[in-house]
Amino acid sequence: MDQLIRIMSEVRPDIDFTTAEDLIDDDILDSFDIISIVNEVNEEFGIEINVNDLLPENFNTAAALYELIEKLRG
Amino acid sequence: MLYDVTGLLDRAAGAHPDRIALADDKKELSYREYREKAMAIAAGIEARAPGERRKAVAVLIDRNVESIICFLGAAYSGNYYVPVDMSLPEERISLIYERTSPLLIIDARNKKNDVPGAVSFETIVSENRGKAYEPSVNIDTDPLYAIFTSGSTGIPKGVLISHRSVLDMVQAFEEAFHFEEGTVFANQAPFDFDVSVKDIYNSLYVGGRVEVLPKKLFKMPKLLTEHLRERKADTIIWAVSALRIVADFKTFDVNEPPQLKNVMFSGETMPGRVLAYWREHIPEARYVNLYGPTEITCNCTYHEIKEAPDPAQAIPIGKPFVNSRVFLRDEEGRRVSEKNVIGEICIAGSCLALGYINDSSMTERAFIQDPLAGGYRSEVYVSGDLGYYNDRGELVFAGRRDSQIKHMGHRIELGELELVLNSVGGIDTGCCLYDASKEAIVCFYQSAEPRRKEILEAFAKKLPKYMRPTEYVRYRAIPMNKNAKIDRALLKQMIKEGNYGSADKDNE
Repeated sequence: MDQLIRIMSEVRPDIDFTTAEDLIDDDILDSFDIISIVNEVNEEFGIEINVNDLLPENFNTAAALYELIEKLRG
Repeated sequence: MLYDVTGLLDRAAGAHPDRIALADDKKELSYREYREKAMAIAAGIEARAPGERRKAVAVLIDRNVESIICFLGAAYSGNYYVPVDMSLPEERISLIYERTSPLLIIDARNKKNDVPGAVSFETIVSENRGKAYEPSVNIDTDPLYAIFTSGSTGIPKGVLISHRSVLDMVQAFEEAFHFEEGTVFANQAPFDFDVSVKDIYNSLYVGGRVEVLPKKLFKMPKLLTEHLRERKADTIIWAVSALRIVADFKTFDVNEPPQLKNVMFSGETMPGRVLAYWREHIPEARYVNLYGPTEITCNCTYHEIKEAPDPAQAIPIGKPFVNSRVFLRDEEGRRVSEKNVIGEICIAGSCLALGYINDSSMTERAFIQDPLAGGYRSEVYVSGDLGYYNDRGELVFAGRRDSQIKHMGHRIELGELELVLNSVGGIDTGCCLYDASKEAIVCFYQSAEPRRKEILEAFAKKLPKYMRPTEYVRYRAIPMNKNAKIDRALLKQMIKEGNYGSADKDNE
C-alpha cells in the first residue's frame, strides 16, 4: 500500500491519497494522471491493468486500486 | 439570409420542436425547450443589464446542457459569451474578467459553490421563462464569443469571434462533409476550448443532437465506448489526445466499438499507430485531420484520410475549406508556392477573429494588412505555425516559429511558463522546454538551493494544470551560451538524447 501511495503521490503531489475519495467521480484525477498511474503500477507490481479494469469503483480511492492490484497479482 | 447564429436555433426549433437537441449524462432537451430557455436567459440578461449590447457575459461552465443554453442566451441578448472554467487558478480567472468586464456572470454548473456576483442558471430561467421578450437584432460582424488562449506575455489572449465567422465555419463544414440531418455529435472538448464550437453549431445547422460526454469517460474508455453506443453517437470531433487514450488502452480489443460515421481530429499531430488502431476497428468511418488556430474560428484546412497513411510521413493538414484563403509566406513576407519549402501559415477570410479583446498591440501584430492586396483593406492572420506543400500539393504542418507547443491537445506558450518560473524567489534563472518523446514539459532552473516546492506552488497559483511542468532539473550553474543566455540548444539536445536527468535531479 505504501508503494502505491508513493506512486500516486509522485503523479499528483498536491493530493493526500491516504484520505482522498471520489478521485474519478469528482474529476480529481484527469486522464493524463490515470495513464501515468496505470503505467507505473503495471511496471512496479508486474501486472497488466486491462481496459475493463478501468472503472470508477477501482480508481476512486487508493484502497480500491490496491484491492485491484492484489486481485490481479493473484 | 443567415447572419446571426440564433437564426439557426429559430429555424431548427420551428422545423422540429420536439426533436432532442441537447443531452448530457443526466438530462435531455428538445429544440423547443432549448430555445425557450435560451430566450429566458436573454431576458434575464436584459433585465439585469438593460440596453447593453456587444458586451461580455461570463458563463461558468460545466459538462452540461445548461452551459450551451447560456451561450445561445447571450447571443439572443445581443451580447457575447465568455466561457469560464472554475477549476482554473483564481488569478487566471481574474485576468479573464479584467479583460472582458462582464455585464453578468451566469453560473451554469451542476454543483455550485458560492461565487460572489454570480447568478445561477436556474434563477434566471425561473424568473424569466415565458416572459414576453424581443431578442436583440444582431448583424453578423457582432461578437459571439471570446475564448482565451495562452499568451507569451504572461497574459492569456481573449480571441473574439463574430457570428459571421461561426456561420462561415458551419457552411464550410457542410460543403466539405455534408453532415446528415439528425447527426449525433458526441462532444468531448471543454466549452472554453474552441473545438466545442464545431459540435454546438454544426449540430444546430443540421438539426442534430449534441451529446455532452462526462469528463470521467475519458479516463474510463470502456464506459466511453458503451456510452457512445447507447447514445447512438455517429460523429466525433475530438482532440487527438482523446482518440489516443482509446487506442493506448486497446479499448476495442475487448469492447465492441461504436458505429461512427465521422471521426475528426485536431489539436496536435495524430500518431500513425493511433489512427491505424481506429481505422482497423471502425473501418467504415470517414477520418479527417483538421487544422486551424482559434483565431480563424476552429479550422481552415482539412485532410480526409482515404487510404492507409505512410507511417514515415506526417498526415497532411490538407487543403483549405471553401471561403478561406490559406497560404505560406517566407521571412521576407513573400508567398511560398514551391513544394517542400517551409513557410509561415497565413489565413484570410470571413473566418478571421475580430482580434484579441482589449489587446490592440497583440491584435495588430497577428492580424496584418495583406501586402499583396493593392489599394484596399484586406486582413490576414499570421499564425506563427509553419507548413510546406508535399509532392501531392497538400499542406503539411511543420511546427512553430516561436516557443509555442502543443501538449495534451492544449496550445501553450512556454514563454508564459518562464515568466512565472522567473518570478519565484531564490531562482537565478530558468527556462521551460518540451520533451516531445515523453510528452513532458521540463523545467530547468538555476538556484543555490532546491526550489521545486516553491516553483510548483507558483505554477499552481497562476497556471492551469495542463500547463505546469512535470519534470524539474536544478543546476547550480545552468549551461550558458556565448551571449550569456541560457544555452537552450544544448538543453534541447539533452532532451533529444534523453539525458537531462530525472525529476528534481540536482545537477552540479
